[in-house]
Amino acid sequence: MLTKEDLRIGVFVCDCGSNIAGFVNTETVREFAETLPDVVVSVKNKYTCSDPGQQEIQRTIFEKKLNRIVVASCSPASYEPIFRQCIQGAGLNPYLLEMANLREHCSWVTPDREAATWKAKDILKVAVSRARWLYPQDEEQITVTDAALVIGGGVAGMQAALDLADAGHQVYLVEQKPSIGGIMAQLDKVYPDIECSI
Amino acid sequence: MMDVGRHPKIELLTNAELEDVSGYVGNFKARIRKKARYVNEAECTACGDCVSVCPVVLPDEYQMGLSSRRAIYIPFPQAVPSAYVVSAEDCLGLNPIACGKCLEACEKQCINFDMKDEHIEVDVGAIIVATGMDVYDPSALDEYGYTRFTNVVTSLEFERLISTGGPLEGHLARPSDLKRPRRIGFVQCVGSRTQDPQRGNPYCSNICCMNTIKDAQYLMDNYPDSDIMVFYIDLRAYGKGFEELLMRTRSRGVRYVRGLPGEVREDASSGNLLVTVENTTDKRIENYEFDMLVLAVGATSAIATESIRQMVSLSKSPDGFLKEAHAKLRPVDTPTKGVFIAGAVESPKDVRQSVTQASAASSRASILLNKGEFSVEAITAVVFDEQCSKCGLCARACPFGAITWQKKQAPKVISAACSGCGCCAAECKYGAIGMRHFSDQAIYAQIDAILEKDPHEKVVTFACNWCSYAGADTAGVSRMEYPPSARIIRTMCSARVNPEFVWYAFQKGAPVVLVSGCHYADCHYIDANRNTVRRVEGLWDGLEKSGIRPQRLLLEWCSAAEGLRWQAIMKETDNKRKTVTREELEQTRTLLAKARVPRPRTDKDINENQEADFVCLRCGHSWAGIFNVETERTCAECKSNSIRWLRKNA
Repeated sequence: MLTKEDLRIGVFVCDCGSNIAGFVNTETVREFAETLPDVVVSVKNKYTCSDPGQQEIQRTIFEKKLNRIVVASCSPASYEPIFRQCIQGAGLNPYLLEMANLREHCSWVTPDREAATWKAKDILKVAVSRARWLYPQDEEQITVTDAALVIGGGVAGMQAALDLADAGHQVYLVEQKPSIGGIMAQLDKVYPDIECSI
Repeated sequence: MMDVGRHPKIELLTNAELEDVSGYVGNFKARIRKKARYVNEAECTACGDCVSVCPVVLPDEYQMGLSSRRAIYIPFPQAVPSAYVVSAEDCLGLNPIACGKCLEACEKQCINFDMKDEHIEVDVGAIIVATGMDVYDPSALDEYGYTRFTNVVTSLEFERLISTGGPLEGHLARPSDLKRPRRIGFVQCVGSRTQDPQRGNPYCSNICCMNTIKDAQYLMDNYPDSDIMVFYIDLRAYGKGFEELLMRTRSRGVRYVRGLPGEVREDASSGNLLVTVENTTDKRIENYEFDMLVLAVGATSAIATESIRQMVSLSKSPDGFLKEAHAKLRPVDTPTKGVFIAGAVESPKDVRQSVTQASAASSRASILLNKGEFSVEAITAVVFDEQCSKCGLCARACPFGAITWQKKQAPKVISAACSGCGCCAAECKYGAIGMRHFSDQAIYAQIDAILEKDPHEKVVTFACNWCSYAGADTAGVSRMEYPPSARIIRTMCSARVNPEFVWYAFQKGAPVVLVSGCHYADCHYIDANRNTVRRVEGLWDGLEKSGIRPQRLLLEWCSAAEGLRWQAIMKETDNKRKTVTREELEQTRTLLAKARVPRPRTDKDINENQEADFVCLRCGHSWAGIFNVETERTCAECKSNSIRWLRKNA
């Protein structure tokens, strides 16, 4: 396990065009990041998610030997998978990434530039403090038995069982009644073209 | 149906019940009881010789009780498997053997009364739940006279009456005198779209409008002199080819009247039905006479689903149908990995929708089965054995049954079954459970970072990944302005919030702490957020005991779509923050310096319906009512969920 002394955090502040930079003084935020513990480098980009932005992250990881990355841009819901992939491309474990949500949670909801910059600095500080407690994680692989259980032999259960079986999987279809068919088998005709149900 | 029966890759287990499901994604074990059929399925040729000698006559369920069957029977001619079955409850030949006539009649000797139930165990990687729906029983709606008048039938009974495979072999007649009904009325929304729980369900059952329109078209095709009238609230014909079918029936003379009958009477001599209805288009009361009245009954969640839902840890919507993992993006997935849903078990569906969803579910299951392995996101729980007191509370708190525990032993986490909600970690008071990637240390570091400078300006906010954090994102996307005081700590579920985090934040000078998560119906971890409530209630009690205003801890539910609600929560929380003076903060530090972290209210306090006093900690509104653990509490005045409840006379 890494000790605190080994931490080398890189911060990447995104303008997101005017989406963040239009409300937050991103240069102030970038400078502020440099004052935070264990932050080795702080970089500002116009669009961190763009190819040049991602290349800069990877290059800086190599140059500065970074081992924790904080991207101060948007919601992890949108870009966390992409930045995880990006740092993985530079040889880092994807779980060593933390995102500071400066866009959805700050610039887009705080019209006052001073207040927005104050809040953005704080959000980044919280993200960096969390990044210091991130560790590499390995995803466990679990083997899957190639068979499926379908519960219910109505029209949905029958279709699901047939599709799975046609795809080559072993299927167990369990039906409570003595015959499959469900409610569908009780119908005479089915809309919209008045066809027989069975 | 026959394709299913003869597919080499499908093992069909009919007359069978699921008894238990254990395991986890990729590695489920299911125990199935195949009930004795007393007829050898493989040998039976469905000749029917046994039926004619069986002396027991019973109503035929398949024909909706409109004809009879024997104790040995085949459910319907096209049944799969095509084999007879003895209904054990009705047969005279079983225990003790008093009859046995069918045994003699069966030349092939397929019948065997010594047959026993079989227990079968199967190993599977994926499960598809397709237990369907039930049909609403209209007996409670007395004004339509279903229980009193012979010629009032349900839509499913009508289906049997027109079917060539039905008791009348397709020659439509009404039950009372077996004469062909010429004037037929249809009543829509029977058991659907009502706010009165005595009269059915609040939702639209989706299929009944089109089913009636289909019946109307069928009647006009086969009995062109029919006089058909449909009573409705709204006609919902929104699918492909649906509106066209509706128009066809209109052009054939089917009349649609907006308004449901207020009263149905029977003319005793003719058996005809006299219907009084308020035509809300023409705004007048009208009277009609019909030979037969068909009630377009709605759908209800299937009773049989409930035990299966509990076996595989699925959640249900308030209407009783099973809940999908995400209403738009993962409509056939469930919160339990490796379990999928198909058809009407999720909501009322017609054949086409059921088939579509079934193909989607099988495709989702195929992805898992084809890959052969499953990778678990590294956010799962880990037990630190040396700190563990072996109490087993974590195993009880886990909504997925992913923790196994035996007395005097440290629990074990099955990471494949763990979804990473963190409910167990928050339940453990010994700090013996950690969450990978969402560690306690990281959360404490975040609280420290927030409160290090100007704590009185900030609101420590815990937001769950799926709903409230996403709700805040939605507020952002919609540019909904709010005060800049909130500092969000993202957790996978609000149930990750250990009472110690909240206590620590107050000790460090937080003026207000907000815990936010999904609405009860939306919880992504089945019902993990009920634990959040229990813990917050304990904290409110503890704060009060320590001399601190419980109003400083707020609890709010906000869905991913509720940007406006998030904005309102932010404003209200900030207002609350402003009421906390620096003196009060100083005082809090002193008061909490030695106070112990309050534990959650125990199960004993919450697992009952009981009279209680409620008070909204946001606006102060108070009321009396019944407390129920499964009911989401919301303030009628300010819509807050920070509702504290106290037992009446406590």
